Amino acid sequence: MTARIGVVTFPGSLDDRDTQRAIRVAGAEPVALWHKDKDLKQVDAVVLCGGFSYGDYLRAGAIARFSPVMEPLLEQAKAGLPVLGICNGFQILTEAHLLPGTMLRNDHLHFICRDQKLRVENAETSWTTDYAAGQEISIPLKNNDGQYVADAYTLDKLEAEGRVAFRYLVHGEAADGYGNPNGSQRDIAGVSNEAGNVVGLMPHPEHAVEPLIGTGRTDGLPFFTSILKKLVNA
Amino acid sequence: MSRTPLDTVEHAAATPDVELPWAELGLKKDEYERVVEILGRRPTGAELAMYSVMWSEHCSYKSSKVHLRQFGEKAPESDAMLVGIGENAGVVDVGQGYAVTFKVESHNHPSYVEPYQGAATGVGGIVRDIIAMGARPVAVVDPLRFGAADHPDTKRVLPGVVAGIGGYGNCLGLPNIGGEVVFDACYQGNPLVNAGAIGVMRHEDIHLAKASGAGNKVILYGARTGGDGIGGASILASETFDDAKPSKRPAVQVGDPFQEKLLIECTLEAFQEKLVVGIQDLGAAGLSCATSELASNGSGGMRVTLDDVPLRDSTLSPEEILMSESQERMCAVVEPEKVDRFLEICEKWDVIATVIGEVTDGDRLEIYWHGGKIVDVDPRTVAHEGPVYERPYARPSWQDTLQADDANKLPRPVTSEELKDQVLKLVGSPNQASKSWITSQYDHFVQGNTVLAQPEDSGMIRIDEESGLGVAIATDGNGRYAKLDPYHGAQLALAEAYRNVATTGAKPLAVSDCLNFGSPEDPAVMWQFAEAVRGLADACQQLGTPVTGGNVSLYNQTGEAAIHPTPVVAVLGVIDDVARRTPVAFQEEGQLLYLLGDTREEFGGSAWSQVVHDHLGGLPPQVDLERERLLAEILISASRDGMIDSAHDLSDGGLIQAVVESALLGGKGARLIVPDGLDAFTFLFSESAGRAVVAVPRSEEVRFNDMCGARGLPATRIGVVDGDAVDVQGEFALSLAELRETHEATIPALLA
Repeated sequence: MTARIGVVTFPGSLDDRDTQRAIRVAGAEPVALWHKDKDLKQVDAVVLCGGFSYGDYLRAGAIARFSPVMEPLLEQAKAGLPVLGICNGFQILTEAHLLPGTMLRNDHLHFICRDQKLRVENAETSWTTDYAAGQEISIPLKNNDGQYVADAYTLDKLEAEGRVAFRYLVHGEAADGYGNPNGSQRDIAGVSNEAGNVVGLMPHPEHAVEPLIGTGRTDGLPFFTSILKKLVNA
Repeated sequence: MSRTPLDTVEHAAATPDVELPWAELGLKKDEYERVVEILGRRPTGAELAMYSVMWSEHCSYKSSKVHLRQFGEKAPESDAMLVGIGENAGVVDVGQGYAVTFKVESHNHPSYVEPYQGAATGVGGIVRDIIAMGARPVAVVDPLRFGAADHPDTKRVLPGVVAGIGGYGNCLGLPNIGGEVVFDACYQGNPLVNAGAIGVMRHEDIHLAKASGAGNKVILYGARTGGDGIGGASILASETFDDAKPSKRPAVQVGDPFQEKLLIECTLEAFQEKLVVGIQDLGAAGLSCATSELASNGSGGMRVTLDDVPLRDSTLSPEEILMSESQERMCAVVEPEKVDRFLEICEKWDVIATVIGEVTDGDRLEIYWHGGKIVDVDPRTVAHEGPVYERPYARPSWQDTLQADDANKLPRPVTSEELKDQVLKLVGSPNQASKSWITSQYDHFVQGNTVLAQPEDSGMIRIDEESGLGVAIATDGNGRYAKLDPYHGAQLALAEAYRNVATTGAKPLAVSDCLNFGSPEDPAVMWQFAEAVRGLADACQQLGTPVTGGNVSLYNQTGEAAIHPTPVVAVLGVIDDVARRTPVAFQEEGQLLYLLGDTREEFGGSAWSQVVHDHLGGLPPQVDLERERLLAEILISASRDGMIDSAHDLSDGGLIQAVVESALLGGKGARLIVPDGLDAFTFLFSESAGRAVVAVPRSEEVRFNDMCGARGLPATRIGVVDGDAVDVQGEFALSLAELRETHEATIPALLA
């Protein structure tokens, strides 16, 4: 028996099929969830994928956060259900207050798509145990509103509790994927909740799971193998 | 209180002397008289609206039709062709039961007036064409041309266009995998914003734009109809720009990519459940086009109640509703018993859907408004029997002078130092510089099937995860070559796109084109057009790649000044297993560099002549299509059999440009040796066609040489992948760091 991992499709979700593929590549079973679903079909974990849910109207993630599926998701996430938010999914998780902080428009005011260098700061969350702490990885980043901001108290708290899960690597050539791509405070690329079951990040691990495709690297695959191991061994 | 009576068919017949604003709607006097003749009475206001938009240059191809016929007449035999010219987009068989549809279109005029929305709705329109064939869109490409890179207006137009393409395409979840960005002063007042899209389906899922089966319902779904884009096709895209006329900004449509994304998903779901008999997207000429085309392609007639069209603005007149180019709308023909399910799917996706009419067993298109019949026409006369012009054309008197101004006689660099300076100048010039500032604003990863994306020679998408089957697409066009010789210039555009597809390892299958020219009312422009079409049709025949569809954009002219004739050609190819693809980047030090093909002293229209001498004259490079075919076969075999690890086609900028790009992308330098019989300058800068540079692993050298020798393709060893510089032995060396700085700094410095 393998783990069943749900992927929610909101109107305007774009990476739902890619995320399902990544889950399959890792060896788990993807389960399609629809934003109007009132239950989570007994999945073992959920991924909120990237895209422009509701066209990013009002504010990225602000409308999707009120979708029916978010009710059981909120309840179960607080009870320990592993949830990963990628890009727009991360934005939805902050709008839903499952994760602290918020995302503003990129400081350079352009959409940016590139292969991005990151450091895994916390390899103990539900989604990162197949990485080593401090490991440097390279996965695609693509967003318009990726500038992570929070008040200083929150940022200090996140740092102190080890909840900054990923940081952009800034020392190196831009052409090689280094640099803070959007003006995020303290170069934060992703964070987790206190329990470590809810993780959000702007870059896209689901686009880095197969050689040949995209950047040709598979640095994103451990997200999905981490959760699979956790669920199967549980 | 008296009210203006509704201009019904009855009213029109009773009031023959009422003057209608046909000239304001863009019709010529004889065209209006033809409408009266067809109807046997004056048209109603609504009928006039329909005829005027459908008979516009943009929709009717009235100036270009007589020439475009050659694409059909000279079409090569091809087993791959499933749907040809005339539908929303052509469809090609790529094997394993898959069919691919692709097309390139222009959105030039709107993008100059309102860059963001003009470019955004260009993407939206081409994507709806793809969905209308029954396919899931899988990628977009954007061939773009702007005025001089350092002109202040370019800084207005380009960032807007790029943001519009990104803003719309990224939001649809379509990877942007290719295209071009070219600067030339000739495009200053007429930028070219062409947009291409590819879609994939199973053979059995192909859908066509036709309404058949009396009693079937006509459903309009998607966005509400508003007052935007009225006259987009007839007024904006079918006239030259002129300072004296009022702003045409209101004629540009406004896009909502979120709505389009819903439209894609909802349409595909309806296809999957086999609910759709016929389908048409609403683009140029809006409902006028959709209803008349659906009806004229089907077996019966059609009756439409315009009152049922959901409106954004309740004050719109029926003429405006018929002419509106509001975006994100489609029209489907559905059997009565399937209507409920169709509407249910639309509701699931929050898409508004309304039955606005039905297919009848007559042969008329009848449209009603407030109970009165305001349109009663034979739909074919609207959609297909528009005017056809045999516009006069004549080779311009300046063509000889231009061709006599031989670029081969321009002063060449004498010392190694001069040669090196000119190399740096070339790779840092706006046309040759890295475009990553632009392409990084497009998502090229989404959908998780992108194998290659710009700056590769062609974009490549995997379409089957199990077998690795993939498709490649390249778009090319060189207005400078075409200006010097439109016949061969068009052939060179095809040759380059064909070569680019083969360089990545894919087999070229079919062509779509976007023909961008000045005013057809100028005989010199019309000659350029006629020559380009003839050249392209001849070359497609010879290379065995049929034209499946495309688009003509005329009136790209400001006052007397027309753009360079710019045929942009897209070639679609197929590759059995994307794992065999060949990238541009150098992969491993020690691999041997081979130059394939013949290098001649050919500098007419070259990047070198433009960058160093600001010169355009002489003749473009010779065309040898048999050589192109042989080169392509060698490149494809070498990819498949693992004989080459990287390959790059040689085109504008010549060999040095190609080597610098491969070196920078791979982060590995090259040592080059000028081959016997060539001088260093010609070796580095010549733009002879039919050439590529490949990197061969040492273990494959004998096998690769044997293959080229046996097939008769000249293959010259010119160096080795090595070090961190591009070192032309005996001449100069440029470090990768310096090349990178020069190549990458130009565009951000001009536009960021």
